[in-house]
Amino acid sequence: MIKHLLSGADLDAATATEILDTAAEMATVAGREIKKLPALRGRTVVNLFYEDSTRTRISFEAAAKRLSADVINFSAKGSSVTKGESLKDTALTLQAMGADAVVVRHPASGAPHRLANWVDGSVVNAGDGTHEHPTQALLDAYTMRSRLGRLAGLSVAVVGDVLHSRVARSNVLLLSTLGAKVTLVGPPTLIPVDIAGALAPATDVSYDLDSVLPNVDVVMMLRVQRERMNDSYFPSAREYARRYGLDGPRMRRLPEHAIVMHPGPMNRGMEITPEVADSPRSTIVEQVTNGVSVRMAVLYLLLGGNNR
Amino acid sequence: MSAYLITSVSVVGGPPTDLLIRDGVVAEVGAGLSAPDATTVDGTGLVALPGLVDLHTHLREPGREDAETVESGSRAAAMGGYTAVCAMANTSPVADTAGVVEQVWRLGREAGLVDVQPIGAVTVGLAGERLAELGAMADSAARVRIFSDDGHCVADPKLMRRALEYVKAFDGIIAQHAEEPRLTEGAQMHEGEVSTRLGLIGWPAVAEEAIIARDVLLAEHVGSRLHVCHVSTAGSVEVLRQAKTRGVRVTAEVTPHHLLLTDERAESYDPVFKVNPPLRTAADIAALRAALADGVIDVIATDHAPHAVEDKECEWAYARPGMLGLETALSIALDVLGPEWDLIAERMSRTPARIAGLTGHGVDPAPGVPANLTLIDPAARRTIEPAELASRSRNTPYARMTLPGRIVATFLRGEPTVLDGKAVK
Repeated sequence: MIKHLLSGADLDAATATEILDTAAEMATVAGREIKKLPALRGRTVVNLFYEDSTRTRISFEAAAKRLSADVINFSAKGSSVTKGESLKDTALTLQAMGADAVVVRHPASGAPHRLANWVDGSVVNAGDGTHEHPTQALLDAYTMRSRLGRLAGLSVAVVGDVLHSRVARSNVLLLSTLGAKVTLVGPPTLIPVDIAGALAPATDVSYDLDSVLPNVDVVMMLRVQRERMNDSYFPSAREYARRYGLDGPRMRRLPEHAIVMHPGPMNRGMEITPEVADSPRSTIVEQVTNGVSVRMAVLYLLLGGNNR
Repeated sequence: MSAYLITSVSVVGGPPTDLLIRDGVVAEVGAGLSAPDATTVDGTGLVALPGLVDLHTHLREPGREDAETVESGSRAAAMGGYTAVCAMANTSPVADTAGVVEQVWRLGREAGLVDVQPIGAVTVGLAGERLAELGAMADSAARVRIFSDDGHCVADPKLMRRALEYVKAFDGIIAQHAEEPRLTEGAQMHEGEVSTRLGLIGWPAVAEEAIIARDVLLAEHVGSRLHVCHVSTAGSVEVLRQAKTRGVRVTAEVTPHHLLLTDERAESYDPVFKVNPPLRTAADIAALRAALADGVIDVIATDHAPHAVEDKECEWAYARPGMLGLETALSIALDVLGPEWDLIAERMSRTPARIAGLTGHGVDPAPGVPANLTLIDPAARRTIEPAELASRSRNTPYARMTLPGRIVATFLRGEPTVLDGKAVK
């Protein structure tokens, strides 16, 4: 097993599949009266969050606690070079406290890579800047596999602000490794340059959502911040929604079996309408549930729970 | 003053000969020289070049003496074979008045290791709003001829036009940091495949090329001299090639790191590789090397940019851009160009001295010329250890790389600043 989980690229097909299979076992714990395993008893997991992200933090916290780990939440919000201590000093502090794993969320791309140089424990990237969010990709893959029965050969459209999306990058890497075909959809201003060369050669790009929808098994809507229109990525929220938002009529262009995903938090009325978000095709709530199981699997495997 | 007899040395790649240095000048050149009073330096296997001249050095004093001082930077320069460096204006306070440039100039004289030629800011406080007192700096003891807001682009086209025009009165030159600021807001590295993969905001090549294209047209329009700092892209080379073909009075420099390192170095997220303009692609490197050989790029300049440890040992986005260069530049040139000594002398000494107007520098050793020269052992290979550098900072991108060539000695007006590969003072 790998030591750190920093990027979707850290996972080969075998490792990713092992995590998904382990997550499926972990999911059975959630159905028990006592939702707890002793696997990580005596181990310390630190949640080091430099950004507000209640949903991701509590998901990791629940995962660690269900494995009986000691959990320390370290909120360093607002920390930067101008205030508070440096990332390196924080790392040395956590190291001195004997953290076995550090789960880090940080606004700067690559911060978890830097952290991994300075601590002995495992580092899990819980979202870094506009780079990656590998456990989100794992829970998305888990959700697709449990809904559609497979990943290889699936056609997945990832729609929206790919440029600023860590979810998109991790999903492209992981889904490609697992044999799914990814099409990125959005206005050209929000699709980063050389995306196929950068991440996975077979990745397609389309600027036309309507033409993509009839041929996909999964459509994953990304959060789009309204403020992006102030930086000329698109003219207005209304125009964005009209061209790239998923509403009822568009949803009905999807194949019968296709599912709709969203990593949350949603901008209802922007990239997705309530009709779609609350439809039976939507896996949005399931994704949250699966997040705990997947993060349990990641912590369990990274901390060598399977070797004890 | 003392005398030095350098025996069996190759002058700019020529056959072995002896050089006698006396009273600050090269007294004699020829085989079999004898001078009983002179200290003998065995030059066997060594190459003598005119002392290197750097058009682009950040000495950080005044303001960031924790990163570098005029003295420590001068020592690093001497160790790198330099006898003159042009000190950039982005100090604190900014070198935008006669007082500050004279202070830097005087500190350089006191250190006495290289000639420190201050560069003056183009605009007050580097703010890009109104001209600094360019004439006062030109008339000061520092005799400033090169003006630059380096670190910032003179982005306002009207201001750039005026600056280019105004300095004609004293044969000045504007050295532009070509970076269209609206195209590089928040930029962290070269915009391309690697920036997409790493999720770092891209610095597109066009942001440099657009400014160079504009500036060569402005320089042509007003008939002024323009110098382009740290050219980093293949597209910039083409813009410069066309301008030079038309006869525009433009010169350009490239840094050693843009000749050797690609944007893939960012994959470590180690900010020692963060620099502005950013490291580019292998195709850009190939174009820059070709332009250096054919003369579209005139000069190798270091953009030596020392930074304190805490400004680099952090997240990529929070780190300051810049890398050390003075002590490794000759080795990189040798690595990139091979033992093309005349070309190296041209790009690292003669041409930069001419652009900066530094008489007495950039002149090949010959009887009667000031003894500003450096001796290189081209056969030596050395592994770069940051802790062993003379600079006060440690942010070299070449740590633990093995590079060809070693500076054995440097002479400034006949006095050694480096002997046996060690700083004399």
